[in-house]
Parts: sequence; C-alpha cells; structure tokens
Amino acid sequence: MSATPSRRDYSLIGRDAKLAVENGLAAAEWYHTEVSRKQMKELMQRSDAPAIRDTVIWLAALIVSGAGGAWFWGSWWCVPFFFVYGVLYGSSTDSRWHECGHGTAFRTQWMNDVVYQVACFMIMRNPVTWRWSHTRHHTDTIIVGRDPEISVMRPPDLVRVLLAFVGVLDAWHAMSDMLRNAAGNISTAEKTFIPEQEQGKAIRIARIWTAIYAATIALALYFGSFLPLMLVGLPRLYGAWHHVMVGLLQHGGLAENVVDHRLNSRTVYMNRISRFIYWNMNYHVEHHMFPMVPYHVLPRLHALIKHDLPAPTPSILAGYREMIPAFLRQLRNEDYFLKRELPPTARPYREEFQNETVAAAAE
Amino acid sequence: MSEWVEACAADDIDEEDVMRFDHGGRTFAIYRSPDDEYFATDGLCTHEKVHLADGLVMDDIIECPKHNGRFNYKTGAARGAPVCVNLKTYAVKVDAGKVLVQIG
Repeated sequence: MSATPSRRDYSLIGRDAKLAVENGLAAAEWYHTEVSRKQMKELMQRSDAPAIRDTVIWLAALIVSGAGGAWFWGSWWCVPFFFVYGVLYGSSTDSRWHECGHGTAFRTQWMNDVVYQVACFMIMRNPVTWRWSHTRHHTDTIIVGRDPEISVMRPPDLVRVLLAFVGVLDAWHAMSDMLRNAAGNISTAEKTFIPEQEQGKAIRIARIWTAIYAATIALALYFGSFLPLMLVGLPRLYGAWHHVMVGLLQHGGLAENVVDHRLNSRTVYMNRISRFIYWNMNYHVEHHMFPMVPYHVLPRLHALIKHDLPAPTPSILAGYREMIPAFLRQLRNEDYFLKRELPPTARPYREEFQNETVAAAAE
Repeated sequence: MSEWVEACAADDIDEEDVMRFDHGGRTFAIYRSPDDEYFATDGLCTHEKVHLADGLVMDDIIECPKHNGRFNYKTGAARGAPVCVNLKTYAVKVDAGKVLVQIG
C-alpha cells in the first residue's frame, strides 16, 4: 500500500543524515515555552510514591490476569484474562520502559533501573540500544536521517502500520536484533548512537534474553503446550495494540524537520485507563519540551503552558480522524503533513523550517 | 594561572539548586547543596553541551534537563548513560557573603 519510492532517506548513515547536519537541524536549539525557574523546579521534583503505587497495581494486575489465563487455559474463559495480561505485558511496558529510561518515574534510581530492565525485556527493546536511540530521538525529534524512532516514515507503509498493532514485525526485528547482538554484532546504524564503551552491555543483555527465550521455548516443548509462550514472549504480539494505538498519535502525520515540538508532536486527551497504561505520555508536546518532568506531573505542566501550545486533540478517535486521512494523502504526496496552528497567545519560533516544508507540500 | 572570581552572592542560589555563571567566554554551574555547601563545575553537559543550570539538583546529583544524564556535582563523576565523560569541577569558597570560584 505504500506509494512510489520515497525521496526521503531515513537511514542514519545516508544522504538526509548529512543534510540535517549541514542545515543545522542536528542537535539544534529547540523551542521551549517560558516557565519560571521556581515553577519548573516544582514540576521537576521527584517522588517515589506515585510510581510505587502504579507499579504495585500494575504487577498485581499482571499476576492476577496471568494466573487467571493459566488457570483457565484450554477454555474460552482464558481469553479475557489474556486480553488484560497482554495489554499489561505488551503495551504498558512501552511507557514503563520510557519513563524509567528517563529516570523520572521514581526518585530512587535503582527503582527506575529495575522497572526499566523488566519493561525492556517485555517490550523486546534492548535496554542499552534503546536508551541511546531514545536519547537521539529527544535530540533530533522527527529529523529525517537523525531520529531512529520515526514510527511512520513517508510515504507511509500502511501494511507495516497495521502489522504493528499485532507486533509481528516489531517482534521479528527485535528477535533478529537480539540474536545478532548476542552473536556479538553491533550494526553500523547502532554504532552511530551507541558509544563504544556501551556496546558490550548491549551484547551481554542480548545473550541473557536469548537464554530466557530458549528456556521458555524448551519449557513449551517439554510440556507440549503454548502456555509458557502465552506468558512470556507472545503477549508482545497479542497485547501490542494499545501501545501502537496511542503511540502512533505521538507524531503521526505531523511535520518533519522542524525544531519546535509544538509542530511535530501531539497532545491528546484520553480516558483514565489509557492514561494509566500509557503513563500520561498523551501529553507528548509537554514531555518533549520538558523531559525532566515526571509523568504524574504532566497534567499540571499542560495546564501551565497550554496557552503557548496548539489546541490539544480532544480524543484518541479525533486523533485518528485527522491522522488517517493525512497518511492516505501522503501516499500521493509525501510532502503533505498536518500543519499545527499556534494560538494567538503563543510565541512563534524558527518558522523558516516549517515554511519551507509547507511550500514543498503545496507543490 | 588560576584566579578567584566572584560568581554571585551566597543567597542568590536556593538550597539544593544550581545557577549559571558566565565568565571570560566560558560558562559554569554553581551549586548549593542541601548541606549549605557550594560547588562549581563546567556549565555544559559533557554529552550534548546543554546548560546544566536548567537541570535538577537532587542531593549531590545534577541532572541534565535535555536527556536526564546525571553527574555528582561534588566530584564531577558521570553517573550513567547518556553521560559517559566526567564534568570538570572547580574550587569554591564563600567570603563575606560572596561565592568565589577558582578558575584556571
């Protein structure tokens, strides 16, 4: 379903990577809404309590739903249990990995580290590789050739997008990357963002994970049952839909190659359950602008700076109503994107980048 | 040759906080610890040259505002990814209510 070959080169070692550096888009100075030091200090303050509460609920729900699924294995009654278990395993770990990687979820660093490692295993993201790729994502958000975490490249590959909802391609790539890393191989692209002294750690983790998956498969073969895989590994597929549903909204259909998160990120109002699973990452403009602010404080940050941001998208459904037509239009014109309007109270910033892309989109 | 340079008044910095100080084309970060001691480091993160004075001080840690890299501001030691290179530290003294930094 993708259109003609892209004029964009998303490779981290390709033409657009060099262009981004030449054009001043790499490691650029990004726009920040004015917030006083006093207010920002208050917002940045860390606390263990909210994340401990949420983690206890999360782990308890994982254990109960997993145990229920195992107990009712073989009957249809296991389906609702695995539905919940899958989302907690294959989706909520996306935000746990993310927040603990930033080190903002808990005040106590070892708690961040433990949840980070567990969540990385479940979401199948090497904790070393992804820490560095996410660092680059924050430095060069949706800069073509620089950001390794652009989930929908132009023109959009809609088959790939649909397959992401069941985690097939992600899991396939995660497994191949794991085996390649376990064999001691760090790719050329990975070497562009993982410092040399960290590469050994990525290999060590890949070997530990390979051993865990091998043990799970051996257990499944020994018992002649899929149950061990339903509990370890497969939930990354059957439970992926929620993190993909909310994750696509982060930047989908918006501008590339701008240095203002208001123009390339989307804040979406969501229901409480999705916000629990997603740890408030629906406040995505705010998170990118101020990554030091813990997830549980993002609603307060949103209230403080929303005068300077585009109007938030009112719901998940509204987000898809604007994003899907944009994806379809990008199949015909890959330069098309959703241009965010800033409110009259907002400060403009580096409009030249956006104006250039608008002109290209209009051609 | 090093010299003692007046950076700010001691009261200019809150406890457990940090302040930017520019001098001679260089930028520094001046810290006041929870124990009411003063410290100074280079002002830019060794990872991507972001001003640490916009970051968060927690106990003896300064966290970079861009990628959450952490340093011990008393020793300059990098405390984990994404920072790998230590921060340079400078001697500090307080004299007559002024914070002085020894810049070499």
